[in-house]
Amino acid sequence: MNDRVEQIRARLSAALSPVSLEIEDDSHLHAGHAGARGGGGHFTVHIVSAAFEGKPPLARHRLVFDALGDMMQKEIHALSIKASTP
Amino acid sequence: MDVLERIKEQVESHPVVLYMKGTPQLPQCGFSSRAAEALGACGEEFAYVNVLSDPEVFENLPRFADWPTFPQLYINGELIGGCDITLELYQSGDLQKMVKEAMAGRKTSED
Repeated sequence: MNDRVEQIRARLSAALSPVSLEIEDDSHLHAGHAGARGGGGHFTVHIVSAAFEGKPPLARHRLVFDALGDMMQKEIHALSIKASTP
Repeated sequence: MDVLERIKEQVESHPVVLYMKGTPQLPQCGFSSRAAEALGACGEEFAYVNVLSDPEVFENLPRFADWPTFPQLYINGELIGGCDITLELYQSGDLQKMVKEAMAGRKTSED
């Protein structure tokens, strides 16, 4: 089990009540490249939530970043977000 | 000059500017690479800042527009988004229009 994935899942579930949430850990694809110094992971999140209704992509991404809070400074180095509405 | 003022000046003095890891010719991150490629495919020249060679900007850009990751694309001084949003806008054809309009605006104001 991947702790960081579970932590991301817990925070997004609590904040955005998604009807669907898939999280992929892509960290292994990027290990060691120059931009990845610091040890944070790469993740892709596919999230479907009514909270995104009527919001442009920038605002949807901000909701996701806000929900993840301090994880964005430590555990997460890069995050690819696919945010849609039910 | 304060670093936040320096960033403000960068995004306001260039109609299109990409903050990225590495350069468009030698990107150091897949996300920066894809964003630079989409931007380059719009057919206009764009400015970029290599955040890996400017530690002060690297440290402070996330709080400038409250956006935690790189790359970051700014058009006419406004944050457009990161890699995902840049690619979505490119695929829908909107990025090309936004970039062309921004560059045309600059040319007009310089005449």
